[in-house]
Amino acid sequence: MAETMELRDIEVWDGNMAASQALRQVQVDVVAAYPITPSTPIVENYGNFTANGYVDGEFVMVESEHAAMSGCIGASAAGGRVATATSSQGFALMVETLYSASGMRLPIILNVVNRAIGAPLNVNGDHSDMYLGRDSGWIQFDAYCPQDAYDLNFIAFKVAEDHDVRLPAMVHQDGFMTSHTAQGVHTMTDEQGFAFVGEFQPMNDMLDLDHPVTHGVQTEEDWHFEHKARQHHALMTVALPKIQDAFDAFEKYTGRKYNLVETYNVEDADSVVICMGTSVETAMEVVDELRAKGMKVGVVGIRVFRPWPLEQLAEVLKNVKAIGALDRSSPHGTVGMLYNEIAGTMFNTGTKAVLTNYIYGLGGRDLTKAHLVGIFNDLKANVDAGKPTTPLQQYIGLRGPKLSFF
Amino acid sequence: MLEIRWHSRAGQGAVTGAKGLADVVSTTGKHVQAFAFYGSAKRGAAMTAYNRVDDKIIMNHEKFMAPDYVLVIDPALVYIADFTAHEKENTVYIITTHMTTEELVASQPKLEGKKVFTVDCIKISQETIGKAIPNTPMLGALMKVSGMYEMDFFKENMIRVLKKLPQKIIDANMIAIQRAYDEVK
Repeated sequence: MAETMELRDIEVWDGNMAASQALRQVQVDVVAAYPITPSTPIVENYGNFTANGYVDGEFVMVESEHAAMSGCIGASAAGGRVATATSSQGFALMVETLYSASGMRLPIILNVVNRAIGAPLNVNGDHSDMYLGRDSGWIQFDAYCPQDAYDLNFIAFKVAEDHDVRLPAMVHQDGFMTSHTAQGVHTMTDEQGFAFVGEFQPMNDMLDLDHPVTHGVQTEEDWHFEHKARQHHALMTVALPKIQDAFDAFEKYTGRKYNLVETYNVEDADSVVICMGTSVETAMEVVDELRAKGMKVGVVGIRVFRPWPLEQLAEVLKNVKAIGALDRSSPHGTVGMLYNEIAGTMFNTGTKAVLTNYIYGLGGRDLTKAHLVGIFNDLKANVDAGKPTTPLQQYIGLRGPKLSFF
Repeated sequence: MLEIRWHSRAGQGAVTGAKGLADVVSTTGKHVQAFAFYGSAKRGAAMTAYNRVDDKIIMNHEKFMAPDYVLVIDPALVYIADFTAHEKENTVYIITTHMTTEELVASQPKLEGKKVFTVDCIKISQETIGKAIPNTPMLGALMKVSGMYEMDFFKENMIRVLKKLPQKIIDANMIAIQRAYDEVK
């Protein structure tokens, strides 16, 4: 039996510690990991907890991120509660195995501490790795602060391990801006934290020798399409309602409320920015300051990135007149992902909001409140003109001449 | 909102100092944030760490800061780091140095007319902890200059923050904190 750790009601934790404490409290059986900045402390802390008797689990040291996820796949197929963490190039090396995990319907939890992908080499936060994962068949949750990183891990296990879902899930947080920023985190006791997720219930596990199964089979054209369709079907029809159920249960349990789409002052807003990660919270503070000056502005935060909450977003945005989609990843040859997704979400809805795109914060470049004020001023001009008054895509916070496209 | 910027060299404990301060402040019901700028951090490289303290939850995640306090825990950084960046009219400087405040200001004209306090955190930590780890003494100096908390309350909480260290080191840190509190001018 694992030792209990006494926690204060509010602990001052950074996002990494918050995530690793959640992994401890749900008593993850196996963590196979290859550490990489800035996610290293998550698996390092788990190793520490395991060595000191706070987890009845096993830490498996491997030789690469590809091996880390492969180890997780094996442990999960064998019938254990499994998690790991990675970032950036490590995430990129894991990509092949991410598709295996989701295709084999294994409920692994991957903490992704978002970081730029080189070259040039950069350890700081942007969303390049998060975007890279978006077609991999995983559920993707996005945390904006250490509290979210703690809470969303419990929610991720509850959703992923549900026998109607059986899909792996990522919990994303911003490298350094969340992972290495200490803030007050409301904790659950070990007993409460574990009880929210409950004992792991294996399904078709390989170690159930009375019911032999095969994992990771070859199908070719006779069955591959049907398998992939079932996977997509689960994401499209089961995942979002189950996530909503988990959010509701978590709110009842802790008083902390999460939504598929987070909104702040959107109801009567003329213009909104849509973004992810820590930027959502900074934008909320800017909205407070601009509202005090009479500007009708709001913020939309994507909480669940995959499956994409298309209907919920369309509903939230139906009365908005101008939208700024803020992407923290270089689209390398087109508009930003959030611009594309929002355009796809709004196109058939009859809402004729003016949509523009901002690329910001690559490699950890600061998104300041002053930048956000500038964006809201652009959006106000778009509302007044009823059409874009700026290029469709602008770079924010870039040194040198202003860069824009379309 | 109270904002503090630390100037340090990697390895001198600015991040631990900033996180320790956040932990103590959090126990009083205030909201806190502690973070740092990391590059490809090499021991000895100049770096900065940050604290925010507020009565309401802190949503601001920008790295930009116009600090109320600037804490410099390595004596050479006042000559090589941009430690007055984004200063306000009332920004208070607490600087580690073996010099008097007058000598320091004379050697670094940027400090003229500013609110400057000095304390030799390097010497204090060498004489008490046995190593040049000037972070905890700087917190003692900050308590004196800011009047943020009573010394007894602060030390009691720092003992909890440092609890994983050997008792001998914790005791030495408490002496270092008290000495900096008494010696800052």
